[in-house]
Amino acid sequence: MAKAKGWRDLPIGGVIEEAGCARDLNTGAWRAFRPLLDKAKCTSCLQCWMFCPDMSVEVQDGKMTGFDLYHCKGCGICAETCPVDAIAMVGEAEAAKEETQ
Amino acid sequence: MSDYRALDGNQAVAEAMRQINPDVIAAYPITPQTEAVQVFSQFVADGQVDTEFVTVESEHSAMSACVGAAGAGARVMTATSSAGLALMWEITYVAASLRLPIVMMVANRALSAPINIHCDHSDTMGARDNGWLQIFSESPQEAYDNMIQAIRIAEHPELLLPVMVNQDGFITSHAVERVEIFDDSAVKDFIGEYSPRYPLLNVDKPVTFGALDFYDFYFEHKRQQVEALGQAKEVILAVAADFNKRFNRSYGLFETYRLDDAEVGIVVMSSTAGTAKVVVDELRGRGVKVGLLKPRVFRPFPAEEMVDALKHLKAVAVLDRSVAFGAMQNAGPLFLELAAGFQAYGPAARIPVVDYVFGLGGRDIGPTQIEAVYGDLRRLASDGRPERLVTYLGVRE
Repeated sequence: MAKAKGWRDLPIGGVIEEAGCARDLNTGAWRAFRPLLDKAKCTSCLQCWMFCPDMSVEVQDGKMTGFDLYHCKGCGICAETCPVDAIAMVGEAEAAKEETQ
Repeated sequence: MSDYRALDGNQAVAEAMRQINPDVIAAYPITPQTEAVQVFSQFVADGQVDTEFVTVESEHSAMSACVGAAGAGARVMTATSSAGLALMWEITYVAASLRLPIVMMVANRALSAPINIHCDHSDTMGARDNGWLQIFSESPQEAYDNMIQAIRIAEHPELLLPVMVNQDGFITSHAVERVEIFDDSAVKDFIGEYSPRYPLLNVDKPVTFGALDFYDFYFEHKRQQVEALGQAKEVILAVAADFNKRFNRSYGLFETYRLDDAEVGIVVMSSTAGTAKVVVDELRGRGVKVGLLKPRVFRPFPAEEMVDALKHLKAVAVLDRSVAFGAMQNAGPLFLELAAGFQAYGPAARIPVVDYVFGLGGRDIGPTQIEAVYGDLRRLASDGRPERLVTYLGVRE
């Protein structure tokens, strides 16, 4: 990563001149629980997509395909709103353990 | 051609606001500021200005609306007093930190409790470290002149800082005096067009305001604010010079009155300086060499310049219209800043500087009391040792 700019070179007032820079911020890093999708149950009603506060529900051609875990903070709103219980919240440690197995 | 009218300080400020014709004013009424925004709201109702007047439910909301509008790129003004400023306090920091050049008139009034609607400086002094510039006015004329200059100062591209223009609640806000009102077009020419650096409404160049700013960038943004305040003196003087050229009235960081050949001097802000000038003339008539320094700009505090103007004196008294509770000897903020200034920039041979707290909650101060201070100073000049650092002027024992 390039060296961060000093005060003389930064825009004043804490303004960020580049739009959409939150895309590069790994807000998923502080997640404690992650959503897991049961594709067999999912009807792609997209309630989760509508309610997700971090735009982390991925949709392709009108179908729910999974989660953007780089940005998902694990709030669990998707699991709460899912009308068919297709989303479960799993502890990060547990999920990581499963991944390594 | 200028017009000469009988106006009180609030009306004079409202006239300045009419001529400035800001895009947005968000304000909440509070004594003794109310009249200023009430008169202005009539200008809005009568179609004399293009301003969007946002009526809000509190001063916290007033300052928040000002921040939003200024972020959008509007020229924004407001006004308040006392508890109103206290309620704005959180958002005044936001305004300064986001570098939004909002101009606010403050009719200085005491803070509660006990509840009091009259003048002292504890309201703005409580907000003295929030990053705003603070300019104090002696008279309705000065309040009017300072409002007009404040727009240019705040919007200067090197500063982009909010400015408070203070006047003494009731004493000048409600005292009718002869006020010179300039031509509308002359004021318009003087203030010019405002071109905001990062207008949120510019959809072709979207930016983010108020993003999270942790240990990795916050410090740099504070350093930038310090830099801007450091440049403010130069900008204030340049704006004052242009104001003088166009309107023939001279302003500086402070005003000195018969100070050059004085032996002792008083430092006092706002309307009390007017009373003190009468005392100076009276004593000078009796051959006593006394002088006066009236700070105009409190933020940024021109310590070096003030000490330079005072360093030939044998004794100095600061008159403070507020208390910095719990500070050294519970002295007032003006004294504390100036004493620090003498430490940093003063001559090697120490000059005795003492503080007089006066006028809290609108307690009147007259020429006799100011004359007594000059008497104390002359004794102090001869023996060099103050009996005490802080004296309460006009309190019942």
